[in-house]
Amino acid sequence: MEQIKLRGIKKSYGKEMAVQDVDLTVNPGDFLTILGPSGCGKTTLLRAIAGLEEPDEGEIQFGDRIVFSRKQGVIIPPENRNVGFIFQSYALWPHMTVEQNVTLALKEKKLSSAEVESRLKNSLEMVQLETYRKRYPSELSGGQQQRVAVSRLIALQSKILLMDEPLSNLDAKLRTEMRAELKRLHRELEATTVYVTHDQTEALTLSDIVVVMNKGLVMQSGTPYDIYHHPDNIFVAEFIGDPQNNFFKGQIVEKNGQLHLDCQEIVFPMKNRYSSNSRKVIATVRPENINVSFQEQKDWFKVTLKSVQPTGANTILQVKLGTTKITLLQPEFIRMKLGEPLWVSFDPESLNFFDEETGKNLHL
Amino acid sequence: MSKSQLTYFYYKLVNRPHLVLGSVCLLILGFLVLTPLLEIIKDSLSVQSYDIAYLPEADIGEFTLFHYERVFTGPLSKALLINPLLNSIGIGICVTLIGVSIGTILAWLIVRTNIRYKGVFGTLAVVPYMMPSWVLALAWLSLFKNDRIGGAEGIFTYFFGILPPNWISYGFFPIVVCLSLHYYAYGYLLMSGALASVDSELEDAGAICGMNRRQRMLRITIPLLLPALGSAIVLTFIRILGTFGTPALLGLPVRFYTFSTQIYASLNASNNGDAYVLALVLIATAITCIWINGRVLGVRKSFVTLTGKGFRSREIDLGAWRWVATSGVALFLAATVFLPLMILLWESLLIVPGDYHLENFTLEYWIGDGSIDETYGEPGVFQSDNILSSLWNSIKLGLSAAFFNGIIGLLVGYAVVRGRGHLLSKWLEGVAFAPYIFPSIAFGAIYIGMFSTSWGPVPALYGTFTILVLITVVKNLPFTSRTGIAAMLQIDKSIEETARVQGIRWIKRMVRIVIPLSFSGLVSGMLLTFITAMRELSLIILLISPSNMVLTGLLFNYNEQDMSQHAGAVTLLLTVIIITGSILARMVSGGFGLSALKNG
Repeated sequence: MEQIKLRGIKKSYGKEMAVQDVDLTVNPGDFLTILGPSGCGKTTLLRAIAGLEEPDEGEIQFGDRIVFSRKQGVIIPPENRNVGFIFQSYALWPHMTVEQNVTLALKEKKLSSAEVESRLKNSLEMVQLETYRKRYPSELSGGQQQRVAVSRLIALQSKILLMDEPLSNLDAKLRTEMRAELKRLHRELEATTVYVTHDQTEALTLSDIVVVMNKGLVMQSGTPYDIYHHPDNIFVAEFIGDPQNNFFKGQIVEKNGQLHLDCQEIVFPMKNRYSSNSRKVIATVRPENINVSFQEQKDWFKVTLKSVQPTGANTILQVKLGTTKITLLQPEFIRMKLGEPLWVSFDPESLNFFDEETGKNLHL
Repeated sequence: MSKSQLTYFYYKLVNRPHLVLGSVCLLILGFLVLTPLLEIIKDSLSVQSYDIAYLPEADIGEFTLFHYERVFTGPLSKALLINPLLNSIGIGICVTLIGVSIGTILAWLIVRTNIRYKGVFGTLAVVPYMMPSWVLALAWLSLFKNDRIGGAEGIFTYFFGILPPNWISYGFFPIVVCLSLHYYAYGYLLMSGALASVDSELEDAGAICGMNRRQRMLRITIPLLLPALGSAIVLTFIRILGTFGTPALLGLPVRFYTFSTQIYASLNASNNGDAYVLALVLIATAITCIWINGRVLGVRKSFVTLTGKGFRSREIDLGAWRWVATSGVALFLAATVFLPLMILLWESLLIVPGDYHLENFTLEYWIGDGSIDETYGEPGVFQSDNILSSLWNSIKLGLSAAFFNGIIGLLVGYAVVRGRGHLLSKWLEGVAFAPYIFPSIAFGAIYIGMFSTSWGPVPALYGTFTILVLITVVKNLPFTSRTGIAAMLQIDKSIEETARVQGIRWIKRMVRIVIPLSFSGLVSGMLLTFITAMRELSLIILLISPSNMVLTGLLFNYNEQDMSQHAGAVTLLLTVIIITGSILARMVSGGFGLSALKNG
């Protein structure tokens, strides 16, 4: 198990800044996911760790070993970094059999043939492809090709695993299956893993730590729970969660010595003393954290139903409170007619407040 | 610069093998392509030993505009420059028009209509491209030779008793006919590729908009093909400007000079200065053509985009014309492919040239030992050390040029594709294409000037086998680097990167991954070089000597000495070897069992 440490990483392509000043530490044995929209710099960062890109500035360290340092003039080439890497396209060598794909690098390392054979056998067993040794990649299904790429990675026994959207070319069912496999694999290999994806479900299910990136900057780094429930800023609140968070823009007002967030149709009581200069605040609440009642409740907001989307176990409801749109998520299969009334209420504990100008969480 | 910065840049370079490779390629190719050009510019501007007769006061190597004055304004200008230039341009325009038209019509018939025997026709149509370009000229001489230059008269006179007039036997007319019947194959190759990639759905869309067949042709198909047609015209024209064999065989006997034969004559008279000025004019003409083509067609380099998606290419039903077209194409191909070869075979079987009686038939010129008088003491093809050693030289030249070209094309392709976006990549691509604009004969002239004396670390190479290989490799570079680039573009970057992170070194990556994956492209590039090298005359005519004689050069000598039987026999031998070689290469590369690549 090895620690990965990035300090002050910057990388630009021409005028475009792909990564601007990123610090990141991956603890030994952790599964860390870099999550973000396309073009946010996540793949560049991963490739920099592997050595396939050279940052313009900064330092990268594996354990005690410096693998890149602009200041000290160190660039260890990818060949000597000893990391495992899975590409989005799997990058299997099409002219080689499964067996040759797995053993080429082992033979290059001049391992004994007994060792090569045992690693080959072991790694193919782990992905259940023992019987496919002599097949060419084009004779395998997408999922099987993916597993060949994984077994190639296992055979190398690297202490660091890097994965670049490895599941994005698979269909939905296979993706869920492989997700579970990758998680099992990470546990068994005990390797420090960095995983890049734009799929938040993958990020939340797989990771010990999730790093959300946008425009070359780290927006938040934390456990999946923190990222989901306590977003550091508006971007993370917006990006994480499906269906999306509900946003309410409003002004801070004082009434009878008590602070309120006045969003015209809804007024949220503010729990703590508000100490910022800005008067403009955005409140967010997750669709599943809004209380819903189908009967009239005293002091609850009455809303009208605009759309119903059952997904099986859950139902997404779109409702309107005057002109404000609200999304609700109920853990049951709901059959209702559009236009019917509902009653909703908000728990102060499940609300997050953000400064509208800076986008920062006010942690009230 | 501090030490850490130095090591940083060192590492950065080591980390990019394609940059190192690209720089090395650029240096070597720059030396082989650009310095020769500078060298002949310098020589054309300085006094040569030949000029001392005219400029008794001058020192050799002194700066002078003498050559330019002589060629452009002097009293000899008309003979040296104007007439050959007009002849070359006239031939170029006629041959390009006729050749590209025939090629286009043939391509359209074979690709887009329901003509019969497409496969056979398609193969036969490219055979002229494999044959030496002067095969037709030799056959023409056998058919229509008159008494102008002595020796026996041709088949036509033998059977009809009439001497053909000079304009039929020699000069402009036969040169245009013979070159057209050779270069249509080039037009066919370029246009059939373009036609096959025009989606019929585009024409169908026109039909839905209410266009009739003629309108669809004029408004959709032809405009789509214009860029390909434009390059076919320019590329053919440039090749014709530099061609030497046919104008030499059919023009020199009547003192009909084209640019290439004039350069040859000047160099033969050791008048290098004039020859270099003419070569520079030829290069300037070629560059102008490419520039005009680029300006006229502009950025619309190609409308034909390869999406990798399959599309339909619907056949046009020719109806009653189907059989007319089929027999027409069959006759045409028979006349251009089989007839010349049959005539040459016939010619090679005659004891006394010009007598086509059965009693006059012999195998002396194939297997004889040279003891009978009529053979001038030259043994038959399979007995002659001279011919067999030239044959061996030709094969050696073809194979070694193919080998080096394949490797260099691959490396250039690798450096260009991996370095995309880098200035180096652009330069390398440009330098690799540059030999294309040097007309063959001019390129040969440059290399004489360059390598007749030792040049820095490079020893004098004139008269050696090495210089033949060198010039053939460089001249074919535009084609092989194109195939190299195309092959590399098909290999995704991650295929190699995944090997990098697994700790596989660069050399090993090339040997185990990059080369196997580009193997079929490599073979087709090599095959093309092999064919070109075997049948090459224009490029090497100035560079061969008895010590490095190849079959094509020998053939040229036989013809100059009016030994038509030997010339015919040698030509046949050469053609058979080239065609067999290309069939073998196709079988090897096709049967290599890389079926796994199909979906990879």
